Amino acid sequence: MHELSVCQALVDQLADLARREAAQRVTAAVLRVGPMSGIVPDLLLHAFPFASAETVADGAELRFEHAPVRVACRRCGAETDAEPGRLVCGACGDWQTRLVSGDELLLVSVELER
Amino acid sequence: MCNTCGCNVTDANRHLLDDPAAQAHETSAGGAVVVLQRLLDANDREAAHNREHFDEHAVLVLNLMSSPGSGKTRLLEATIDALRGEARIAVIEGDLETENDADRIRAKGVVAHQITTGTACHLDAHMVHDALHHVALEGLDVLFIENVGNLVCPASFDLGQHRNVTLLSVTEGDDKPAKYPVMFRAADLMLITKADLLGAIEEFAPERAIRAFRDLANPGPVLTVSAKTGVGLATWLDWLRAEIRAQKARVAAGETLRPKVQPEGAALHAHDHEHTHLHEHPHTHGDGVTHSHPHSHTHAHGHAHSHGHEGEHRHEHADGHAAGDDHDHAHGG
Repeated sequence: MHELSVCQALVDQLADLARREAAQRVTAAVLRVGPMSGIVPDLLLHAFPFASAETVADGAELRFEHAPVRVACRRCGAETDAEPGRLVCGACGDWQTRLVSGDELLLVSVELER
Repeated sequence: MCNTCGCNVTDANRHLLDDPAAQAHETSAGGAVVVLQRLLDANDREAAHNREHFDEHAVLVLNLMSSPGSGKTRLLEATIDALRGEARIAVIEGDLETENDADRIRAKGVVAHQITTGTACHLDAHMVHDALHHVALEGLDVLFIENVGNLVCPASFDLGQHRNVTLLSVTEGDDKPAKYPVMFRAADLMLITKADLLGAIEEFAPERAIRAFRDLANPGPVLTVSAKTGVGLATWLDWLRAEIRAQKARVAAGETLRPKVQPEGAALHAHDHEHTHLHEHPHTHGDGVTHSHPHSHTHAHGHAHSHGHEGEHRHEHADGHAAGDDHDHAHGG
């Protein structure tokens, strides 16, 4: 699963941060993961202990910020909720929308033990 | 400064983000350090590096993605035959195991490098970078990267390509775009393949596949092809020729291009350079070929229409007059 690759990238980022901040340990990391990112938060949670074993992020808590799927309609201008498999405008039904939220795959913040 | 995603955080200004005095609101209580960095930042940087290599040699790079067995290699074989003497092609193949696909391409007299990923379900920018040591870019017109057959994972990894081409074979079902939205949203072009089977598989309606594709807000062109019979192939080749010309024009103008939909980055970076007028003119002439014409205006778009060769067509024009959103001017966020 590609969540392991993503987890390894996350652990590398956490290790870099810890080094730059002269921290001993990463105790928590906050992620913002949208449904349209292609990454499943639960699978990240499962992969994280393996990817972080014996690193500065070993035992860190992963927390997720919700990122709803939202689209802005190019035709009527409305901003509405949408389903991942159907990104049409919730107001007028047009398909010509722009995703404004829901594909995030971000490391938002970390908590460090110095 | 874009405070939304951290896209502009560089080594030069990172101290502002990390310094509580300089950016007090960026650092929350409890000693947490605000990062706001893409999780795949390292991959993305390697992908950008690959893209620089490609642009240096004015090579168009296409990332082919689909389920296993939807006809990626067969399409490449037909494409190589059709463009022999006209375009110089190389191929990077991604599979879990075997050199089989690379061997099929090599049998056509084209350089092919096989990446065997072992258990990895996708290619990433590092694997492609390593493969570039085996594929000379000098003198190439187009490099195809045939990703691992998988409708999920490859969509999340930028490789440095300019366009994503996603294949959907008629044996897979016309609701695949709705089932795998991340993949089909990332497609700059959707190819409905194995069109020769359309008569035998009445469950598959190209119109429904296109509807599902549009419902992902994707204005990209859709072409229906059969690499076996050659139906629809001329339109695919015209798209390819136009993309090759567009890439050379971009390089001459000092510009580059990333696939239209980037995971996460695009939405946050879309400070609306978009002036999009989308018109759809579905023309149904009733038979196997479904077209959709990309007026997705990269400059130098000489997208030649080549209808009339395969009999009647079903057309769908998705005229994405996107003046600015096709380009990546490498703006600083």
